[in-house]
Amino acid sequence: METLASPSASRLEKRVNHPFVSYLPWLVAAVVCLAAPFLIYPVFVMELLCFALFAAAFNLLLGFGGLLSFGHACFFGGAAYLCGHALKVWGLTPELGIVLATLGAGVLGVLIGMVAIRRQGIYFAMVTLALAQIVFFSCLQLPQTGGEDGLQGIPRGMLFGFIDLSAEVMVAGSKIPLAMYLFVLTLCFGGYWLIWRTVHSPFGVVLKAIRENEPRAISLGYRVDAYKLTAFVLSAMLSGLAGATKALVVGLASLTDVSWHMSGEVVLMTLLGGMGTLLGPVVGAVTVVSLHHELSALGSWVTVTIGVIFVVCVMAFRRGIVGEIAYRMKRSF
Amino acid sequence: MSEDIILETRQLGKVFNGFAAVSDVNLTVRRGTIHALIGPNGAGKTTVFNLLTKFLPPSSGSVIYDGQDITALKPADVALKGLIRSFQISAVFPDMSALDNVRVALLRQSGLAHRFWRPAHLLNRWNEQAFALLEDVGLSDFAHVLAGELSYGRKRALEIATTLALDPVLMLLDEPTQGMGVEDVDRVTALIRRVAEGRTVLMVEHNLKVVATLADHITVLARGQVLSEGNYATVSADPKVREAYLGIRADEEVAHA
Ligand SMILES: Nc1ncnc2c1ncn2[C@@H]1O[C@H](COP(=O)(O)OP(=O)(O)O)[C@@H](O)[C@H]1O
Ligand SMILES: [Mg+2]
Repeated sequence: METLASPSASRLEKRVNHPFVSYLPWLVAAVVCLAAPFLIYPVFVMELLCFALFAAAFNLLLGFGGLLSFGHACFFGGAAYLCGHALKVWGLTPELGIVLATLGAGVLGVLIGMVAIRRQGIYFAMVTLALAQIVFFSCLQLPQTGGEDGLQGIPRGMLFGFIDLSAEVMVAGSKIPLAMYLFVLTLCFGGYWLIWRTVHSPFGVVLKAIRENEPRAISLGYRVDAYKLTAFVLSAMLSGLAGATKALVVGLASLTDVSWHMSGEVVLMTLLGGMGTLLGPVVGAVTVVSLHHELSALGSWVTVTIGVIFVVCVMAFRRGIVGEIAYRMKRSF
Repeated sequence: MSEDIILETRQLGKVFNGFAAVSDVNLTVRRGTIHALIGPNGAGKTTVFNLLTKFLPPSSGSVIYDGQDITALKPADVALKGLIRSFQISAVFPDMSALDNVRVALLRQSGLAHRFWRPAHLLNRWNEQAFALLEDVGLSDFAHVLAGELSYGRKRALEIATTLALDPVLMLLDEPTQGMGVEDVDRVTALIRRVAEGRTVLMVEHNLKVVATLADHITVLARGQVLSEGNYATVSADPKVREAYLGIRADEEVAHA
């Protein structure tokens, strides 16, 4: 029943309070992800998962924190290098390598965040881009990163010292790297869950308040820069988690991962899918990565083609794919 | 400085690109009073508020709050000391319910606001308190309405409820009745009188009837300077005020008509 006094609220409560409805998306996602490696090349599915997490982490900052970073590749690619180096040279087990790389991305996030957070709007984007370029050129110069060739042959190693991540098993007639797949699935779902939790937390409510009326939030005594920095560091760490996992999946960390193209790509994924929605970045990432894959025969024309698709999408539905669907569904209620 | 003075400014000034919007303002606000800051448009009242709460850095002078120099503090830290401001343009979180607007303020005081790993229904623990505050300002029927959908008068009431949630020592209200119908003005006036019990209110107000009803003390500002001070009778009898303030107000009323 809707009362005249609270039209939007009663509708909202009805939707949120039903436990089945709130678990349903997770259930569907789990089923899809468990079925996917039987239908599509498993390494490609794992790559999709990593990019989906990367875009979701970026969206935590842009869609929910209201901050447009143009340097997120430095967390993604930086963590990929660090994880690769830790596994290949230091011989760490994969879970430790990923933890180390994620923490490393967090430290980088604190450093870059502290400088950038004080700037507003386009200046924030420019500062993040400039600092990320410093990381890029460091990666180009450092002997450990393998320069133009990248860091190749990163071993998957033994998870916790005894589970062989490179092993493939026959399941229902297909050869699948089962342990690796489940490991990647756990990491990506874990990361995505943390984003979902952050958005629906007391902290998430404060972020929303800051986005809606920053001066008012300040006048209530919120030190908004501290909240923005927390969001920035969380986003950096989760981007790092995505990058480190991707390095493990493909066995390679390269300059592509840390370049400004990658920073742009994640902006594109998020906007295409719908920023500020939880599912949007996932849809955007899957779309963009699949397009790259399908169109790879076009060579350097891929970028142009994707650019055109992007422009058309933005003109046709500026809320992004998921944002537009959600908006239409809300209106038809 | 005496115990019963909560806020004092010394030679407070603000210059915008060579234009002195506020100059040499010495303001003294007594604890437990309602103090009105009045003056024609452009007199510098909002700028004074911005200087007091550090939303703008002063060009000169100092602000002393509760015996302590707060001139160098950041705006959020001023708020943490119990000096909470409202804005001339109503300041709510439009895409959040009225209830959530109040709960965000209650959350700030709890020290739990950084918990990104806890579920948002943690905020439910303040429901009772938040409903009580909404009831206080006559908004209990609108708890679940988005703040952006409330009428102008109700937005102002919500703002006051949100401010009260922080139990401010000193409330700064910038034109709380601006743009309201007579009925809303009366309601907000009564509300301010009620919430002023046990705290200090400094308010900018254009409506002289409201000022006459509420204010214990009035400071008149014109062209960034203090023109006159005292209670309503003193100030309204001051020929300088009649000339600068009432004169301009008459023009304004012609312009508005
Ligand atoms: N941020 C600003 N930059 C430049 N000038 C400003 C700024 N804020 C206010 N002013 C100027 O200062 C004067 C006082 O403005 P204000 O304090 O808003 O007056 P009031 O609130 O009394 O109407 C006005 O002439 C206004 O144009
Ligand atoms: Mg003003």
